[in-house]
Amino acid sequence: MKRIGVFVCHCGTNIAGTVDVKAVAEAMKHEPGVVFSTDYQYMCSQAGQEMIKAAVKEHRLDGIVVCSCSPRMHEATFRKTAAAAGLNSYMVEIANIREQCSWVHKEMPIGTEKAIILAKAAVAKVSLNAPLTPGESPVTKRALVIGGGIAGIQTALDIADAGFPVDIVETKPTIGGKMAQLDKTFPTLDCAACILTPKMVDVAQNEKIRIFSYSEVTDVKGFVGNFDVTIKRKARYVNETLCTGCGACTEKCPMKKVPNEFNLGMDNRHAVYIPFAQAVPKVATIDPNHCLMLKSGKCGLCSKVCGAGAIDYKAKDEFLEERYGAIVVATGFNPISMEKFDEFAYAQSKDVITSLELERLMNAAGPTGGTLLRPSDHQHPHTIVFVQCVGSRCEACAEKGKEYCSKICCMYTAKHAMLIRDKYPDTDVYVFYIDVRTPGKNFDEFYRRAVEEYGVHYIKGMVGKVTPENGVLKVQGSDLIDNRQLHIDADLVVLAAAIEPDKSARPLATMLTASMDTNDFFTEAHPKLRPVESPTAGVFLSGTCQGPKDIPETVSQAGAAASKVIGLLCKDKLLGNPCVAHSDEMMCNGCSTCEKVCPYGAITYEDKEFRMPDRTTKVRRVAKVNEAVCQGCGACTVACMSGAMDLKGFMNKQIMAEVDAICK
Amino acid sequence: MKVSYFPGCTLRTKAKELDFYARKCLEKLDVEPIEPDNWQCCGGVFVSAKDEIASKLSSVRALKSAKEAGMPLVTVCSACHNVIKQTNYCMQNDADFANKVNLYMAQDGGEFTPYNGETEVLHFLELLRDKVGFDKVKAAVVKPLTGRKIAAYYGCLLLRPNKVMAFDNPENPTIMEDFIRALGAEPVVYAMRNECCGGYVVTDDPESSAKKSAAVTENAMNAGADTVMTACPLCKYNLSKNGGAPVVYFTELMAEAFGLKEEQHVTEE
Repeated sequence: MKRIGVFVCHCGTNIAGTVDVKAVAEAMKHEPGVVFSTDYQYMCSQAGQEMIKAAVKEHRLDGIVVCSCSPRMHEATFRKTAAAAGLNSYMVEIANIREQCSWVHKEMPIGTEKAIILAKAAVAKVSLNAPLTPGESPVTKRALVIGGGIAGIQTALDIADAGFPVDIVETKPTIGGKMAQLDKTFPTLDCAACILTPKMVDVAQNEKIRIFSYSEVTDVKGFVGNFDVTIKRKARYVNETLCTGCGACTEKCPMKKVPNEFNLGMDNRHAVYIPFAQAVPKVATIDPNHCLMLKSGKCGLCSKVCGAGAIDYKAKDEFLEERYGAIVVATGFNPISMEKFDEFAYAQSKDVITSLELERLMNAAGPTGGTLLRPSDHQHPHTIVFVQCVGSRCEACAEKGKEYCSKICCMYTAKHAMLIRDKYPDTDVYVFYIDVRTPGKNFDEFYRRAVEEYGVHYIKGMVGKVTPENGVLKVQGSDLIDNRQLHIDADLVVLAAAIEPDKSARPLATMLTASMDTNDFFTEAHPKLRPVESPTAGVFLSGTCQGPKDIPETVSQAGAAASKVIGLLCKDKLLGNPCVAHSDEMMCNGCSTCEKVCPYGAITYEDKEFRMPDRTTKVRRVAKVNEAVCQGCGACTVACMSGAMDLKGFMNKQIMAEVDAICK
Repeated sequence: MKVSYFPGCTLRTKAKELDFYARKCLEKLDVEPIEPDNWQCCGGVFVSAKDEIASKLSSVRALKSAKEAGMPLVTVCSACHNVIKQTNYCMQNDADFANKVNLYMAQDGGEFTPYNGETEVLHFLELLRDKVGFDKVKAAVVKPLTGRKIAAYYGCLLLRPNKVMAFDNPENPTIMEDFIRALGAEPVVYAMRNECCGGYVVTDDPESSAKKSAAVTENAMNAGADTVMTACPLCKYNLSKNGGAPVVYFTELMAEAFGLKEEQHVTEE
């Protein structure tokens, strides 16, 4: 029989408010195996932990039950306490009487009764606990950053700065992401390219960083410290090491009418192209969907003019296999499609544009050379209407919009409005808003300046309809403060489109077994205390893949993710989780069911010789668990029909003992 | 094809030609309309109050009778369509509401089977688009309306609430334009085609409804229309009263293209 100690925590009034903790401690004294039971105000405090250690010595305890908060909160704390008292750390069980009891009940008798039942279950379980020892695994001292926008760039630079090698995988031909497309940045109005491109150059010149541009992650295996990643390097038909980025090929290419993605289709590029002047790596890429040579075998001009001999029409996709200790997700965002927002006539009129399109129209390297001209007739617009929250905070129109606030639109709209009024004082600028949300350092001051110094007309209310009519856009909206309908004849309407995670995020999350919310944003391990870690060990989050954020926030989060990666890569060995599955070979019949349900690929089969009672030997096929890969989810133990699979720390007989204790 | 056909009160009084030509055209398209026995007013307006049951009973009776006949229920008037479709949606999606309605109807006496929104409700235009097909409509045209510029006026009741009505894209609908093309005329697309005509506000504040409907007809004329087409008696009333454009029912235009338009006019009562 074990000698068990029970420690009931008050958690201030969090637990003691609805649970009679003294009654719980008293009730536990009569449970089989319990030799000591007490309560204390804060069990997790230094004094509380000392009390546990002292009790272990005094009462020679070999099993501990702590009735407190969720094991997610303090299980690790109390395991350390047990180890310090000379016990195996897995001889501790937590009865969660806070989240699952005191917080959900209002009445003391009910709360107390349930707390006693939960404590009994934990005592029943700990009686069957066996000491467990975690295995060790080595750490591959190299990090992978998926996504080469400002988030990925900053994370990679910070990791490399600490001396660890980093690879960036970017699906586009160049790194830079959305920030490279922006004109100016709020609230200081410095030019995006001026602050981003030096960082891009730093990445290119850093010996610790490799850039796999025009590439995608296609498979991830393994676990923290040892991820085996397959990277697909899409054929760009230009040899990256030979190409000098001189641009001779793009000048000669006869296919000139390919919509230019970098300028959001507002002008054209060639079939062989360099996305923009400061692209990194600055090498050309051939677009196989438009290249005459690749489509019909007739042309080959670029190959003739290339002095470096870099053009290779026979290039094929290549697959690289690399091993990493940590993976950072920085897949970023896209504005949502405006095609379904017919009330704003986005699909019907060229002069209804998104804010990102406006960025390109105002950018000196954009399709108009930085002069603001209407896309339809290239005239200077005199009246401009901005509509905020298009598709954001859009509960009622979930089929086309998003429920959440996209966070960045209030600030960039204020920026656009201000820049336009500054450059073209003859322009009337209206901004329709639901709320103006400008928390952030120097943000509200920035917005006030747009209103007070630059005379931007801010109107509280939404636009109901935009109608193109005889070259103008008839805007119908409501002014909620004046309580009247407004009709404005605008030359240009700018929609602040909601932002959503990049489409590549969902399949990537599946590969990484990293969780996502219903909006496809990656979930953090804890929303407040572990904001840059995914719940999957070794996977970290950087930038808008985790939720909408602006550049300053993205850069801070990128640095935070890097510091977590550095902390991991500094270690030589990682302790594994000993709560893993194991198979009883005598009971296993080799049916393969467990192998099929295992989401981590941790189960294999082997043919093994067994000695039979009659002294013959027989070869049987049995399951084998790779303990380093197993995450202890328990799927196999449920699926196993012969009861051969069991999960250490959560053995079938332990679970049954808990159930029995609860049902008694 | 046989369909259950719900004319509604207005089609028996103010909007006889809407009904008259609808039936004529159906004959040509080999569709037999069968009126439910003892149908009553649809309720006139869909009351969105959840506990308002009595005003929706008559709609449910028409729906139930169509279910028993094993046919879709076809409506012509936009207002009837809106009320009946929304009521049917409640019967499908609000178990509490459906239960109360069935308890009421069980009081009618006789053998009772509950109704839970099984009937398919089709507006006449949907019948033409989805069951008959606009190609068949086009094939039935003998006097194409070539050269006519017709502005389709949707109003609100056919399109909204979109989740329930599921009639067409509420911001950028195309069904009436496709119908106009099938008749050989040129559809005129204009901004106000899905704005409100003023509706019942006319009884209370005629000035403000006049403003709304005048804006619609003006917008249609400016866009080059010679005729405004509608499916709704109330829209027709408001638009004709407050604008220069001739306003006709879609069934009348169809009859004209089918060569069924009679010289003798159906008189309005």
